Formats: sequence, structure tokens, C-alpha cells
Amino acid sequence: MPRDKETLKRQRIRNLAVGGILIALVVLFYLITIVKMSGGAST
Amino acid sequence: MSDTSLVKETIETRVTSDLTRVSDYFALLKPRVMSLVVFTGLVGLAVAPGSLHPVLAFTALLCIAVGAGASGAINMWYDADIDAIMDRTKDRPIPAGRVSANEALAFGTVLSVASVVLMGLAVNYVAAALLALTIGFYVFVYSMWLKRRTPQNIVIGGAAGAFPPMIGWAAVTGDVSAESLVLFAIIFMWTPPHFWALSLWRDIDYAKAGVPMLPVVAGRDVTRRQIVLYSALLFPVAVMPYFLGYAGIFYGVGSGVLSGLFLLLSLKVWRCKDEESAKQLFAYSLLYLFLLFAILLGESLVRTVI
Repeated sequence: MPRDKETLKRQRIRNLAVGGILIALVVLFYLITIVKMSGGAST
Repeated sequence: MSDTSLVKETIETRVTSDLTRVSDYFALLKPRVMSLVVFTGLVGLAVAPGSLHPVLAFTALLCIAVGAGASGAINMWYDADIDAIMDRTKDRPIPAGRVSANEALAFGTVLSVASVVLMGLAVNYVAAALLALTIGFYVFVYSMWLKRRTPQNIVIGGAAGAFPPMIGWAAVTGDVSAESLVLFAIIFMWTPPHFWALSLWRDIDYAKAGVPMLPVVAGRDVTRRQIVLYSALLFPVAVMPYFLGYAGIFYGVGSGVLSGLFLLLSLKVWRCKDEESAKQLFAYSLLYLFLLFAILLGESLVRTVI
């Protein structure tokens, strides 16, 4: 049914958005850790 | 059952999470307010003495953006009943029935805590404390305490919108100084004439929702006088960064001209007493704040390059 298709599409977009945000956060935390461990808080 | 609790219950019952789009969650963060907050935070970060690693500077701005957005989401949760009544806000995700109020509260709370914790761990605790203060001030002092009780709501509540440049400054220096307080004071003085100009032609909307904005409680003439008063007070505060020595001659001249024009438009609102001049002042006030901070940012970038 079109309604179910629309629901699935929205759910897929939401899952992709959450996944993308989580991956971006992992990358950010990794970069912060490198900067902090190298003592380079100020340039 | 009161009208507002009936509205809240109606909103809750008609929401199913299947209806919610990603853009609705984004709308909960009040992206237009967030963009101004990020910009002023960036300027605070740029003009502060010293420097911050680009990754940490990005993290600080992200935390400011997320924290500001999160407080917006909590505000939408709390104000869902009056948002449903006002024309300006009735299409927001909660009153429109696309996001449930409890979902918005959870979303805002999680993001608020996450932004403060990340700011504290990655940048410094002073910036994190200021961010927590900003969120708390907007949610508890402005939204829950002042907004529905006093016409001074946006005067005192305006402090929440004025903190971001201080947070940016504190992210670099780790402290609160007179210079960052001046940046705070500029936005603090700018907020009343900005919102009162809006409320001059939206007063019926506010009255309908029972929000005691100044034109609703004290009338339009009193509001126009207050606009002129705050615009006059804004002038000396806006030029202060030049006299304190952390802004150059371009800012000194630019802020004088821009603030002079602000005062002239305020006087026009007071003299003409029409809707058109209030709309003109509202539009100009947005441009004013952007240009003022853009000049500060530009000068700071030029100093860095030279």
C-alpha cells in the first residue's frame, strides 16, 4: 500500500540520518582524542 | 479541563511516530535562531586573545549550536499549547501533530546534556558551565518563568541569546572577561527593540495566546518609547569594543553608523506609529546584528593574516 511505502521510506531516511550522525560523532571523538593526546589544544 | 491542557492532550493523541520526518526534528532545533547563535559564538571565538585547535574550535561551535537547538526543542515542548494558538507558530512540529511533545522533550534533554558534557570534556569547563547556564536560563528562566508572567520577559530572557559570544570567548581563553561581557551586552541591548518591533504587528497573536508582550500589556505607544530607549542605550554599548581596543577603526566607524541608523529607524517607529516602520526596524535589526559581528570577525581575520 502507498501508505506503508511512505512509512518505510521515512523510516529508512531516519535510520540513515541517525547512522550518519553516529559515524560523524565517532570521527569527531577520534579527532578530539588525537588533538588532546598530542597536547595541541592551542595552536 | 483548561483550554491549554485540552490543546496539549489533542496534540499528544493525534501524533504517530510514522508521520515524523528528519526535517521535523531539525525544525525542533529552531535552525534560524541557531544560525545567529553559531555566528555570534564564532565571532566570540575569533576575537578572543589566543587560539584554539581547529578541531576543538569546531567542537565548541557544534556544542553551542546543539545546546542552543536543544533548548529550542525543550521550549517547543513547554510552549506547545500557546504555539498551537498563535498563527506564527501553529505549523511547528508539535502543534501540527508531526512530533509528540514528550518526544521533543526527550530529544532536547539528551542533546542539552550531550552538548554540555562534550564541551566540558573536549574544550574547557568554563565554556561548558556557560553553555549549561545558557540552556538553563532559556528553559527555566525565560520559557517557564518569565514568558507567560511579565512584559519584561524578553528583556531578562534575552540574556540567553546573548551568552554565545561569551561561550566562544571562554572556549579560547577559559575565562570570562570585560571584553566578552561587552559582546554579551550588545546582544542583550539589541534583543528588546528587535522583539518589540515584531510584537508591534503581532500583538493580536500574542494576546490570543495570553503572552504578556509589552504592546499587549502596556500598549503600542509605551512599546515604541521603550524601543527608542533601548536603541539609544545600544549605541554606546555597540561602539565599546573599539574603545576597549579589541576592535579596529572599521568597527568603530561601522558600529557608529549602523547604530545611528538603528536609532533613526526606532525614532521613525515612534513618530510614524505604523506597521510598516515596525517591520522595517525588525528587518534592519537582523541585518544590524549580522553586520556588526561580521565586521568584528572580518577585522579579526585580517589581523590574523597580517
